[in-house]
Amino acid sequence: MTQVAHDETAFAPPAEVEEVELYHPKTFIGKYIWSQDAKVIAIQYSITAIGIGLVALVLSGIMRLQLGFPDTFSFIDPSSYIQNVTIHGMIMVIYLLTALFLGGFGNYLIPLMVGARDMVFPYVNMISYWVYLAAVLVLVASFFAPGGATGAGWTLYPPQAILPGTPGSDWGIVLMLISLALFIVGFTMGGLNYVVTVLQARTRGMSLMRMPLTIWGIFMATILALLAFPALFVSAIMMILDQTIGTSFFMPAVVSMGEQLDYDGGSPILFQHLFWFFGHPEVYIVALPAFGIVSDLISVHARKNIFGYRMMVWAIIAIGALSFIVWAHHMYVSGMHPYFGFFFATTTLIIAVPTALKVYNWVLTLWKGNIRLTVPMLFAIGFIFTFVNGGITGLFLGNVTVDVALSDTYFVVAHFHMVMAVSPILVVFGAIYHWYPKITGRMLNDTLGKTHFWITFLGTYAIYYPMHYLGILGVPRRYYANGVTDFIPESAQSLNAGITVAALIVGVAQLIFIYNLIISYSRGKEAGGNPWEATTLEWQTPDTPPKHGNFGDELPVVYRWAYDYGVPGAELDYIPQNQPPRPTSTDSEA
Amino acid sequence: MTVTLILLAGMMAVIVGWLIRQTTNVSPWVADTGVQEYDNNRNNPDQLQADSVKIGLGVFLAVATSLFALFISAYMMRMELADWSPLNDPDILWFNTAFLVVASVYFQLAHNSVKRLDANKVRTYFLVAGIFTFIFLIGQLEAWRQLSEAGYYLSNNPANAFFYLFTAVHGLHLFGGLWVWCKTTLKFAEAKGKAPEVAIVARSVELCTIYWHFLLVVWLVLFALFIYT
Ligand code: HEM
Ligand SMILES: [Cu+2]
Repeated sequence: MTQVAHDETAFAPPAEVEEVELYHPKTFIGKYIWSQDAKVIAIQYSITAIGIGLVALVLSGIMRLQLGFPDTFSFIDPSSYIQNVTIHGMIMVIYLLTALFLGGFGNYLIPLMVGARDMVFPYVNMISYWVYLAAVLVLVASFFAPGGATGAGWTLYPPQAILPGTPGSDWGIVLMLISLALFIVGFTMGGLNYVVTVLQARTRGMSLMRMPLTIWGIFMATILALLAFPALFVSAIMMILDQTIGTSFFMPAVVSMGEQLDYDGGSPILFQHLFWFFGHPEVYIVALPAFGIVSDLISVHARKNIFGYRMMVWAIIAIGALSFIVWAHHMYVSGMHPYFGFFFATTTLIIAVPTALKVYNWVLTLWKGNIRLTVPMLFAIGFIFTFVNGGITGLFLGNVTVDVALSDTYFVVAHFHMVMAVSPILVVFGAIYHWYPKITGRMLNDTLGKTHFWITFLGTYAIYYPMHYLGILGVPRRYYANGVTDFIPESAQSLNAGITVAALIVGVAQLIFIYNLIISYSRGKEAGGNPWEATTLEWQTPDTPPKHGNFGDELPVVYRWAYDYGVPGAELDYIPQNQPPRPTSTDSEA
Repeated sequence: MTVTLILLAGMMAVIVGWLIRQTTNVSPWVADTGVQEYDNNRNNPDQLQADSVKIGLGVFLAVATSLFALFISAYMMRMELADWSPLNDPDILWFNTAFLVVASVYFQLAHNSVKRLDANKVRTYFLVAGIFTFIFLIGQLEAWRQLSEAGYYLSNNPANAFFYLFTAVHGLHLFGGLWVWCKTTLKFAEAKGKAPEVAIVARSVELCTIYWHFLLVVWLVLFALFIYT
């Protein structure tokens, strides 16, 4: 299989690139606060994202308390419930997952994995983080604004988003929209960096088709985000104008609380189109990096090359391109033309093909692999299960006739939590367990990690499996309480109580993870440079954690792809990407 | 959404086409030196940085294209609803358009003079281009004033609202460009008299030229949209 070069003279000498001017910080503040080093920015992004993510987790716990034990907790009222739903959804999707995958992992991994010293525009990269932080602070501020945070649902549909009666319809929604606009501005600055760095700063020998799939996933997701976020930006600006100045972009003529408002003729459906034009690609902005990372985790920990590397790359590209023409499957119940629905149902089902292909390839990579059941591997396998699960209910919901019945029920809540909440989160955990040793130089505790995995993995099934049944019964989403409803049997309440118990256990179990992160930083086992015996460049740095500039004096030269595991005849069961081919006397086959 | 779809389909086709071309006909599993293709321009960090900045600008323009295309989509979808009444475009827009065209032409002239290494001309053309841009922006503000004097406020009618919104967004983009223009002007001052005077500013001049051409095209599209609807 592997062809090797014939004689040593064919090897490329290290490139004689002049030392690029790197920005060298001198003070503590310059190094860790106003840092332009992508690795530090990555950690700033990650800590901020995880911090705000914990807030969202607490909010979900509060929601579950209400749902499981209605009328028990006086601090939850209908308004605060729907505010919690909204902010929980928004934080999880955008401020946690998007920021963590692209701002966190993107910043840390892109330069290291493609063999660059840093991002191409470090200064812009630094600003990107600070704008993101500002976005988060504005979001948090909206809680304390008069009227509280917005309760419009994470989809922020007008007209209700800005009508009195919805919580936070004056301040909350405006701050939410400003925060989103800031997020998008900050992301665009980061995104420019990720794309240009992948295109321009790869080291010698790192052709596009030798990049690890992690980088492919992050790269394509960034392109999607750059093109899709403007849709959210446009709708945010127009909605701010509707709310503050009284334009009627989205607002139809309405009578609100017996009063005819000044709005006239606007179109809420227009907002839905814009929102989902961003919203659906957003799902893949979160999913593609997860796909990429999971491919690498599986390959490393199964000691086997990824099955069908090229197919995986093309699938990422195809999914990225297709994800722009499926958005209206979120709008089947908006009264669209039936042929429209037919078109979008078809494209939705087509996108399942490259997605399924990836799943097959992951499973085939595991097949006859030399599987090491490390914690990252457990999370990667957990991801495959969960993703298949959520993907299959997605096929149900992609069909108009099925969706019309299930729309806005707990079936949808179960579906999207499986496919875009739990699955990517499992990858986030797997990735942190995998790269923490590189970031800190120490291993995370294994027992704590395994405990964390099993509670989270089984726990999420206990939470979301039953929700499918609730959905089929017709229990609506975003409801504070169901009251006495004919079609909902009383047993549904016991189920809800059970779900809440599971949710609280899972929520609290995350403390194990946080504890592990903190304690291992000083007490963890020394990791060494390459604890997983992986091939990619970030594990070949002279220092662990990598110093500013990443690779010491000379940039590595890449001779092979990232998946040379278990190569027959090789000394070790892995060959790093920067190891030159061994000269052999025998012909091409090795 | 058709407008956006067509534009995005175009952009996606370019991206996907390029990626497919890079990724077919390679055997990633083959280990070899494979570094030849990198040796061309990667030995020169200056050139690399220059290319990166240009690609960075290109990516940014793609984002801006997406933004304006979506705004235009929204306009066209909103236009089809019952309460739409077209805006009487102030005549001054024609003059403004002319100023912006002139600005773009001068940028192009400056850029051409860079190739001829004529430092004085580069400087003059570059300055003139910026001044015409300022005039354009002032003209846009005048258009706003005329409209609001005639009683067309942002909130009375969706066509008005879109007009204010589009001109504001476009103007802000130009404003950002002018900021870079100011910085480059300072560079000119610094470079004056130094040996490769043109070389010091060449890159900025080129980037400005590309950016202004882009914003001119955007403005022409927006203007046509206002006139025909
Ligand atoms: C232990 C973890 C989690 C629990 C217990 C949980 C629970 C909930 C609950 C109870 C709701 C509200 C359902 C309703 O009343 O309609 C909800 C909504 C939602 N969740 Fe989660 N969630 C969790 C994690 C996540 C994650 C990681 C994401 C990331 C994508 C996420 C995304 C969302 C979204 C988008 C909504 C919809 C909000 C809306 O309807 O506007 N959740 N979640
Ligand atoms: Cu979707």
